[in-house]
Amino acid sequence: MTLMGSLYFFLWAAVLMIPAIVIGIKEKPIRYYGFFVTLVFVILATVDSPVSMMYLALYCVFEFILVKVSLYIRGKNLKRKGMLLLLVMLSLTPLITFKISGIMGASIFGFLGISYLTFKSLQMILEIYDGLIDHVKIFDFLYFMLFFPCITSGPIDRSRRFTSDLYNIRPKDEYLELVGKGLFKIMLGMVYKFVLASVFYQGMTYLGSAIAGTDWTGSTLIYMYCYGFYLFFDFAGYSLMAVGIGYIFGIITPDNFNKPFISTDMKDFWDRWHITLSHWFRDFVFSRFMMASIRGKWFRNKLTGATLGFMINMTLMGIWHGLEWCYILYGVYHGILLSLTEIYQKKSKFYKKNKKKKWYLLISKVITFNLVMFGFLIFSGRLI
Amino acid sequence: MKDLDKVKETVLDLLEEICGDDSVREDLDINLLEEDLIDSLDYTELLVGIEDALGVVMAPSELKREEMDTPNKIIEQVLKRM
Repeated sequence: MTLMGSLYFFLWAAVLMIPAIVIGIKEKPIRYYGFFVTLVFVILATVDSPVSMMYLALYCVFEFILVKVSLYIRGKNLKRKGMLLLLVMLSLTPLITFKISGIMGASIFGFLGISYLTFKSLQMILEIYDGLIDHVKIFDFLYFMLFFPCITSGPIDRSRRFTSDLYNIRPKDEYLELVGKGLFKIMLGMVYKFVLASVFYQGMTYLGSAIAGTDWTGSTLIYMYCYGFYLFFDFAGYSLMAVGIGYIFGIITPDNFNKPFISTDMKDFWDRWHITLSHWFRDFVFSRFMMASIRGKWFRNKLTGATLGFMINMTLMGIWHGLEWCYILYGVYHGILLSLTEIYQKKSKFYKKNKKKKWYLLISKVITFNLVMFGFLIFSGRLI
Repeated sequence: MKDLDKVKETVLDLLEEICGDDSVREDLDINLLEEDLIDSLDYTELLVGIEDALGVVMAPSELKREEMDTPNKIIEQVLKRM
């Protein structure tokens, strides 16, 4: 069974949501039932491939041990940077093994959601080091990692937020409102993914395919815009459904998209597109690098540091999508755009004078939209 | 009271320098994000600045942006940790 994709899944989900709603209305904790449903779906999704089920189980055990070791070290007040680095590297090992074996055609550690699960375990290890998490129960850990609407492709929740929802029993009225919002999101997500994304997919394949003898630039441009909208409706649709199903189980999973095509600049875009991913990178890569560089006075010029920070951050983001050139270039492209945006906004008097004017915002939005679409064209792999 | 004055002064000095705008002093409830006065890069400078001046360490993922989007909220979060 494909989670969040097959009819079979949605029928099962619809049936299994009913008891959750009954429990929620009765103002009882939904977490035990929710965890049971999560296990059912994880088993249904992996039952055809026992190897991937085994990898998933092994991964959870391994990461849970790392989390416990982090807590132990933190408890002993041994806050050492070297230990943190080692734990982070160990935590990344399954993902790296998977990606490298993937390009060699072997797919070791291939199981649903490994890329997304890695963010969750890394977040816990880093926040334990920061002293933000001081205990982790195995139930909370497994439920957070495996939570079925989000396991395959996010949104990437944070453990402290998720756990506080688990133990928050909402009054009936509040819960019913949440169910209403959740159902609306699920419906909207279905329209996005199964109607609109399909329309743009047709446009992409029929109008955008390069037919011998026709104009390459023209068909590539059509492909670019259709692909961009397809990507949005497909992924935003999936995310809406995942968030909506989360609401029914009492989990307010964070939103992943917020009208990305009306972004005023590239920084604004990354606050609107795949938000949980970009904010994860912001909090755990970019901010940490910048803070270390400011503390250590690594760069005389602030903009040099920022440029390097953006480049590292976005290149890593690209690599995370896959080790193919199109993904790495996609990351580098966004790193460059963010750096240029930063330099322009800090240095340009023209920008400071006009940034709030209507005509400026309009032009800025049009340019941003096209830069974004070009980025998707790189991402699509059609160019290289 | 002494803490409050010191924190307030330090945070406002930092914000004025980082945002490049003295309106942060005049309106302590100004929304820094909506007014486009602060971005992710500025937040990192703010956190290091607070750590250096007041010894209060805040991790970048500790608080949501909505929990520190006005001068007053930032001052309050620092005071909680003094």
